[in-house]
Parts: sequence; C-alpha cells; structure tokens
Amino acid sequence: MTEVLTFSTGEVEPDRDSVLQNQGIPEGATVTDEIERLLKSAIGAFHEHGKPVGMTGEISHVDFGAVYQGEGRNEDKTPVGDIFRRAERLALFVVTLGERICARIDELFRSSDYALACMLDSVASAAADKTAEVLQERYADSRSGSKTENEGRAVLRYSPGYCGWHISGQRGLFEFLHPEEIGVSLKESFLMQPLKSVSGVLIAGAREIHEFEDSYSFCAECATRGCRERIRALYRE
Amino acid sequence: MSVLAEIKDGLVCGDDERVSELTQQAIEQGLSPQEILSESLIGGMTIVGERFKEHEIFLPDVLLAAKAMHAGMEVLRPLLIDAGIPSIGKVVLGSVQGDLHDIGKNLVGILLKGAGFEVIDLGNDVAPQSFVDAAKERGASVIGMSALLTTTMPTMAKVVDLVKERKLDSRIKTIVGGAPVSEMFAREIGADAYGFDAANAVDRVKSLTTA
Repeated sequence: MTEVLTFSTGEVEPDRDSVLQNQGIPEGATVTDEIERLLKSAIGAFHEHGKPVGMTGEISHVDFGAVYQGEGRNEDKTPVGDIFRRAERLALFVVTLGERICARIDELFRSSDYALACMLDSVASAAADKTAEVLQERYADSRSGSKTENEGRAVLRYSPGYCGWHISGQRGLFEFLHPEEIGVSLKESFLMQPLKSVSGVLIAGAREIHEFEDSYSFCAECATRGCRERIRALYRE
Repeated sequence: MSVLAEIKDGLVCGDDERVSELTQQAIEQGLSPQEILSESLIGGMTIVGERFKEHEIFLPDVLLAAKAMHAGMEVLRPLLIDAGIPSIGKVVLGSVQGDLHDIGKNLVGILLKGAGFEVIDLGNDVAPQSFVDAAKERGASVIGMSALLTTTMPTMAKVVDLVKERKLDSRIKTIVGGAPVSEMFAREIGADAYGFDAANAVDRVKSLTTA
C-alpha cells in the first residue's frame, strides 16, 4: 500500500550551512553581505515556488530484492545489498519539490542571473534532501512500539546511483511505487523529472545493520564519504 | 582611474549595473570594443578566477562577477559582431548521462566565457552521442564532461571512445572533471585532460586549444 505525504516548505527549509556548503563555502566562513542577500532571496524563492510532496510504500524483502537487482548492473558487493537482508522493514520512497522551482532555476540561468540561479539550485538540492530526511523521520515515528522497544533501532535511506547501487535500479522502484501520482516521472537515463527529487529505500532495523566499512571496491573513487557521517549520526540520536 | 580600470573594478565587485553603464561610457569615449573586452571584462574575470583559485572569494562572488561580465557583454556584443571578432575557442560542456549535478560544470562554463571562450552548454544528463554531435556541428575543439557520481563516470569513457571511433580526436580534445574523477581515471579512459577544479579546468582548456 502506498501513501502520499505532504510537507510545508517551512518544515523542509534547509539550514544555512548546508546550502552554503553546497556552494563550496566551508562551515563557519565569513561571507559578504551580498552572499547573505542572495541566500535570503533564494530562500524566499524556495518558499514561493517549492511544493514538497512525497510518497512511500512498504515492500517485502523478496520484492525489494528484485527491485535492487534491477538490470543486474550493480557492483558485486554493496552496502545496501548487505544491509537490506537484515532489515526488519523496508519501504520505497520518492520525494519532490515539484516542477515550478526547477523551472524558476532554469529561468534564472537563462536570464544570466547565475548567482541567484546557483544559490536557488543549492537551496533546492538541500531542501530535497531535507524532505527525504523528514519523510524518513515520519516513517521511523510511524513504527509501532514503545520508546524502549525502539531503542537501538534506526531507519536510514539509501538511493540508486550511490554506493554501488546502479541508477538503473530506479526502473523497478518506479514500477513498484508509481510516483507519477505525485508528478515524478523517470527519463530514459533513469534521472527523475522534476530534477529536484530524491528516491530510494528506507531500511528499518537494528542500528548496527547500518554500519559498514568504507572498503567496497567503489569507495576509493568516492569523494564525499557521506556514509561515515550518517553512521556516526546513528549514535548521536 | 581610467574608465577601463573602473569597469574592471566594477566587474570584480560584481556590480552589473555599473559595468553596463561604464561599458557604454567607454564606447562613447571612442575605446575599441576589443580593448574593452580584453582589458576590462576578460581582465576582470581573470582577477576573479585567480582570487577564486586562491580561495580568497567564494563561488557566489564569481557568479556575481559573471553576471556583471554578461551585462558588459550585452553592450559590447553588437559591436564585436560588426567588427568580426571571434572567440578564442569553442567548448562543448555537459554533465554526463545519468548525472544531474551541474554546479561545477556551470562554474567551468562561466569561467571559460570569462576567459573569452564560446561555450555550448548542453546541460545535464547528456548522452555520449550528443556531446560528439554538438562538437562536430558547432566546430568546437574541446568537449568538457562533468560527473559527480561514481556510477556515471563510465559514460565519460564512452564519449572519449566515440570521438576516437569517428576519427575526430585530432581536432576535438576531451577534458573530464567532477568530485570522483581523478587524473588517473582521465588517463585510463584516454581523455586528453583532467581539471581538478573549475579554475584548473580553464587552464587545461587553454593548454588544449593552444597545443
């Protein structure tokens, strides 16, 4: 069964640091008033044009195994491939900020307002991630059980295109979830339309199933190593 | 301060209105469009590029300067066309198929324009054939590719192979960049160059087009 979730833009407004980091500005750096004005303007445009909405659907281990396998283009060993088999529950998800904000970014680029276009692009990217994060929190909260029962358990999301899960995995995900209902479609290249959308699987289970070493074959080429922070964050909650 | 220096200063500060007004003023003073372009606009963007390379300024500062350059170019463009002044080279740019990340690619494009190149930006999610077709049809001498995902990097190899298959490698050079891309990867797939950041990519494109 699938569920459509709506979000207010206030709920998914990204924090200042995550937007500026998308712009290559290190945390704590002093920026000019002009950059602060640009950020304010981009946040204003996000509230005006962003329409965050999401969709989830629980999926069995067997069905997810087929979605994950996709066209058989994944790396031989991947974190998701190892983790999902130990999960208690799995759910596919897609979130989007809608077409209007993407159109606004294109419009700004076309009018050569590069700075605002790029800042809005960063705000929208960070907001799409934040929407996925809020959806993940709602999914975690929806799990039955007392606080004690949920202790030591965690939900984390993983997306096709990352960590050895080939982006062609999007096809099976879309066939299962049908996010066209919330206005998201899949292109031949497996990218989503609107661009500011995030898809993946929510994996719920014991906290330790999400732990892995960054020693997979593709880790050497990964510049972000965002997985390390995600794993650390599991133990801060 | 001369009007040329004032334009350059306005551009470095990212003041598009001032650059537009001063460019008009410079034309009225009888300065040649080429002189305004090379001394003030390209000269200003060179300073901006250097400051960015040295981490003295951030991406939005570069983009504000680029907007100011665009404002100056809008005033100069009809005169440059009339005078038949060509760009210093044509570059086709894009994020490879399956990849939507394009901030880095956009920055490279902006800095290339600032350095006097004509940029044909194909956007993101660009198929290998589209890169090669665009370069051939538009007479570009460089194809620049960007990828942020390790899963989309192999597409870069397809573009390099296609350029060779079509025997265009003597006149079309390839350069790759993006967070997971490295000099070693560029060598492995047979690309002509690797840009480790946007400013370096511009330097490498300059080398490719003057080699």
